[in-house]
Amino acid sequence: MSCCAPGNEGIDDAVTGRSPEEIRLASRPLGNGLYQVSFAVPGMHCGACMNTVEKALLQLDGVERARANLSLKRVNVQWRGNGVPPPMLEALDRAGYRAHLHEAMADEGDAMLRHLIRAIAVSGFAAANIMLLSVSVWSGAEDATRDLFHWISALIALPAIAYSGGIFFKSAWGALRARRLNMDVPISLAVILAFTMSLYETINHGEHAYFDAAVTLMFFLLIGRTLDHVMRERARSAVTGLARMSPRGAVVVNADGSREYTEVQKLEPGMHISVAAGERFAVDGSIESGSSEADCSIATGESAPVPISAGSTVRAGTLNLTGPVTVVASAKPRDSFLAEMQRLMEAAEGGQARYRRIADRAAEIYSPAVHATAALTFIAWFWISGDLHHSVYTAIAVLIITCPCALGLAVPVVQVVAARRLFDAGIMVKDGGALERLGECTRVVFDKTGTLTSARAMVANAGRIDRDAMAIAAAIAAGSKHPYSRAIAECGREHGMVFDAMTEYPGLGVEARLGPETYRLGRAEWALREAGEISAPVVLSRDGAFLAGFEFTTALRADAEEAVLRLQALGLAPEMLSGDRTGIVAALAGRLGIERYAGEVLPAEKLERLETLRIAGEKVLMVGDGINDAPALAAAHVSMAPSEAADIGRRAAGFVFLHDSLLAVPQAVGIARNAASLIRQNFALAAIYNLLAVPAAVFGFVTPLVAALAMSASSIVVISNSLRLRGAQVADRTAMSTHRSPSFPKHAGVPAE
Amino acid sequence: MTVLLVLIPVALLLGAIGLGAFLWSLKSGQYDDLEGAGERVLLEDEDDRPAR
Repeated sequence: MSCCAPGNEGIDDAVTGRSPEEIRLASRPLGNGLYQVSFAVPGMHCGACMNTVEKALLQLDGVERARANLSLKRVNVQWRGNGVPPPMLEALDRAGYRAHLHEAMADEGDAMLRHLIRAIAVSGFAAANIMLLSVSVWSGAEDATRDLFHWISALIALPAIAYSGGIFFKSAWGALRARRLNMDVPISLAVILAFTMSLYETINHGEHAYFDAAVTLMFFLLIGRTLDHVMRERARSAVTGLARMSPRGAVVVNADGSREYTEVQKLEPGMHISVAAGERFAVDGSIESGSSEADCSIATGESAPVPISAGSTVRAGTLNLTGPVTVVASAKPRDSFLAEMQRLMEAAEGGQARYRRIADRAAEIYSPAVHATAALTFIAWFWISGDLHHSVYTAIAVLIITCPCALGLAVPVVQVVAARRLFDAGIMVKDGGALERLGECTRVVFDKTGTLTSARAMVANAGRIDRDAMAIAAAIAAGSKHPYSRAIAECGREHGMVFDAMTEYPGLGVEARLGPETYRLGRAEWALREAGEISAPVVLSRDGAFLAGFEFTTALRADAEEAVLRLQALGLAPEMLSGDRTGIVAALAGRLGIERYAGEVLPAEKLERLETLRIAGEKVLMVGDGINDAPALAAAHVSMAPSEAADIGRRAAGFVFLHDSLLAVPQAVGIARNAASLIRQNFALAAIYNLLAVPAAVFGFVTPLVAALAMSASSIVVISNSLRLRGAQVADRTAMSTHRSPSFPKHAGVPAE
Repeated sequence: MTVLLVLIPVALLLGAIGLGAFLWSLKSGQYDDLEGAGERVLLEDEDDRPAR
């Protein structure tokens, strides 16, 4: 039916964002009882997929309209109902597509892009027409005809500059008011002065007019500006489109026993909150009733599940695994663990905030230099010749010829190509600044749980367990969400068994009945009549007699060893900081060959370590996923997070990688370094251009024809040089495909079965 | 030279029509999903009008 076999997407079933209440809260009312909501469907790869997704949704009662967008891997749905949305996610699940809610905030970004594209279209139209008229002037149009052509050019240029140039003028004005200089200041000056001077020349029947230069300049610069914008938008929407880890709301149990779904912001300390198995805790609190186990890996980095019962305290963001519990909230959401991490993050505000983009640094040297040159040219000419008109004319020609056209393209074109390559490899870039910083890194710091190791447990002794026992255990485990159960279920997926009854005992295990026999899968003390000296954390028993024991390890993230080796080869010394127990951390460090490591590290201590490294002059790349890593991710020079990371972590990170493989890290570093060297080359090319063109302009040899040729040529040289980054793409892709994770099926590219 | 007085307005008008057509197609959402639009052509039971 579908060509691209959407498989197990690897996203936790238990992740929130799937209840009808959440969908209702995320929907935008359109009036008349109609709501609009948007889902991200990452598994949608071709026309057939698109068709299946739309049909699956349209078959539901209450769905009025469903429109899939293949480029954005998103589907927009309009639904009707009395506040209860149709089971859309379930329908998509049945069709074989894993979907999750998408934040409805992309609209304003789109508006900016449309404005930029309209500006390009207008300036492109103007540039083409003025250029045609200019060609006839250069070819020797005579007095009256030349004047006519100049007047027509002026008439086209004025509205084009007013409309398209507004983007630069606003930005330049903003910078000047803040008493700073950016690239837009010389751009705006050059465009406005070129136009004013040309108009003066036109009125006085002059020979040379620079309308073409002014408009072409704007056209080229707008292209750079738009590419920059497109890249940021694309990465942003991809990152926000991932599944959320923190719930939007929670079920509050009122004093009279009634239950109500409440938004997280409205939760107060003292409220009783019911949390089902498989949900995340929305606020800090203590357990009032019920017992269960909690997966704290995302909050503390601890890999083993922690038993919780009445009186235990839990932190916001941790996952309730086995049983339903009631929690008394002990803090407002804004005072909870998550919010505390957010404050640490803001206080940290390290490398990212201190860093100034290459283009800005270039602008601060370039703009004063250009303005000084133009001023000196004017003074020198006026002093020598005393001809005011000629002096002004030459000074403006200097401004036009030095207008940072090539410079404006030098950075964005390279970064868009690099971002595209990273995107193909499943890596999202937040902004160009992160890409620049990644190229400078000298050291890499890893978190353990969820980063170097996969968050999931794995059966260590699967090979030594009897096949039949394995099949029974797998069938029992399939019904449970406990990480150990999932690990067992994965080992024996192909054998199917049906039981008469199954009960899960929180903190103990699962009991299954088949005819007269009772099977238990869980803790040894509970499952066996006589526990004896069995060390395995989980055993399988039949009527209290031992059948098999299961031992677990945490699986390494795919290609972790090779990734560490490659990073070392790139000259980045690896280091590991984890909140997990030191023994576990040391063992893993030994296995991966990481020499520097520390266990039982608190979030604030991670920050301290990064600060020490920074003072020592190291530029640190931090790779982490948990809530406890978020401050460190914000403080590091640049940071990366896997897509399964907590949303606070993803927001702090400059890069997010979607595939399981850790090879994404060395690959991103490689591409970033490549991009950095191309940017340097582009700056060198722009400098050479200026070295040739500026003297010519200062001595008054620059006619409009020379200006047009020089500017276009330099822009084209810079763009062609930037596109060389695409050259390495083919080799790179084949390398990636062998390491592609099974959780993100690669599109076969063939639209037939 | 009178030929210029005819040809230049004609050239500008044609250009302006092209510009207007582009702006219209942008506004009517024809660039929203370039990949999807290409695939939709191949679907049998497809309403091929642009969104909105």
